[in-house]
Amino acid sequence: MAAVDHAAHPPIANQSSRVDARTLGMFLFIASEIMLFGSFFTIYFFVRISADTPWPTPPYELPVFVAGMNTIILVTSSFTMHWALQAIKRGNRAGLQAGLSLTFLLGLTFLLTQILEYSRIGFAPYSNAFGSVFFCLTGLHGAHVFVGLTLLAFATIRAFRGHYTEDEHHGVEIPGIYWHFVDVMWIVVYTTVYIL
Amino acid sequence: MANPLRSEGEAFRFLLGTVVYFAAIAIAGVINAWAGLVVFIVLTIAVGWWWWRSRQPAPPVTASPVKSGPQGERRILVVANETVGGEELLQRIEQLASQGNTRVLVVTPALNSPLRHLASDEDRARAQAQERLDHSLAELERHGVQASGEVGDGDPLQAIEDALRTFGADEIVISTHPEGQSNWLERGVVTSARERYAVPIHHVVVD
Repeated sequence: MAAVDHAAHPPIANQSSRVDARTLGMFLFIASEIMLFGSFFTIYFFVRISADTPWPTPPYELPVFVAGMNTIILVTSSFTMHWALQAIKRGNRAGLQAGLSLTFLLGLTFLLTQILEYSRIGFAPYSNAFGSVFFCLTGLHGAHVFVGLTLLAFATIRAFRGHYTEDEHHGVEIPGIYWHFVDVMWIVVYTTVYIL
Repeated sequence: MANPLRSEGEAFRFLLGTVVYFAAIAIAGVINAWAGLVVFIVLTIAVGWWWWRSRQPAPPVTASPVKSGPQGERRILVVANETVGGEELLQRIEQLASQGNTRVLVVTPALNSPLRHLASDEDRARAQAQERLDHSLAELERHGVQASGEVGDGDPLQAIEDALRTFGADEIVISTHPEGQSNWLERGVVTSARERYAVPIHHVVVD
């Protein structure tokens, strides 16, 4: 009898009720990212505290203003990302397309500006410990921006091909969460490396 | 802990909070290094306090899963640990089970110390809970009550929720020590269970 029941209805999947699987996945992702960035920040603070020199090491100077403008660009891209998702939730396809396109362009501007900054900064990763830490931290973040741009590119192309509706917009929501996370990490990197 | 990246909207608000937090620290730090440190400490404490205050209790479970048993079967979920073999509890279960076609599931939460819980050292707690459960099931059988049992999560509310997902209970019996001796009563387990679960909950005190 039990076999007949199973044939008609597959048994209910057994899973712990403590944490929802998707929430657990996001928790694990955040935890792994915190550990990754945490290890680089540990090195940064160790080098900065243990080095008996001013920060950054003379004669080098960090382009605080350019990086500040880049920060504004990246934070603005979060607003356009949020706008894109709110637009599709209201059925506004033009708003979705414009929001995603702007987000992608702003993100690309950030990345290109950072590459330009690298080429003109005057030191290299092998120059000294300060240079290594600087390129590692900002480069790690830049890699995250690149991944975010790839996700945004897919979402933007799909938006222009007519995908996503008021009810089905998971493909915008997930890149949005990732993009905001990348922005949060940049705020931390910019404040600690460039400002303080 | 609430996950700030659960949805795009929450992630966006988290970003705005991060911008404000770090902007305040950076501005104070540029003016004076010690001012930056003070702002950092004050804001961190404020954020921690706000998070602590804004924690919401788990939403009520308004419905139990659909029962897969035969029509007319009444299901009783019993949650007890140290009092699982108590005379008052056995009498109550016997009384409830005597009313027609009844199925009883006894769950004993594997109570553990916080340190052992953090270290995932639960084997001893589960073994002790299993021992009490076996004794209780044997006592119920001696009284003519057919019951099954399982060891549950150390948190009694979580143990109830876990059990409800596989055992669609019509009633829940929670057994505790008397007021003043019961850790579960001090933590408001019975009250919280009544708020969270949309089934009748009986509280049995075992002295």
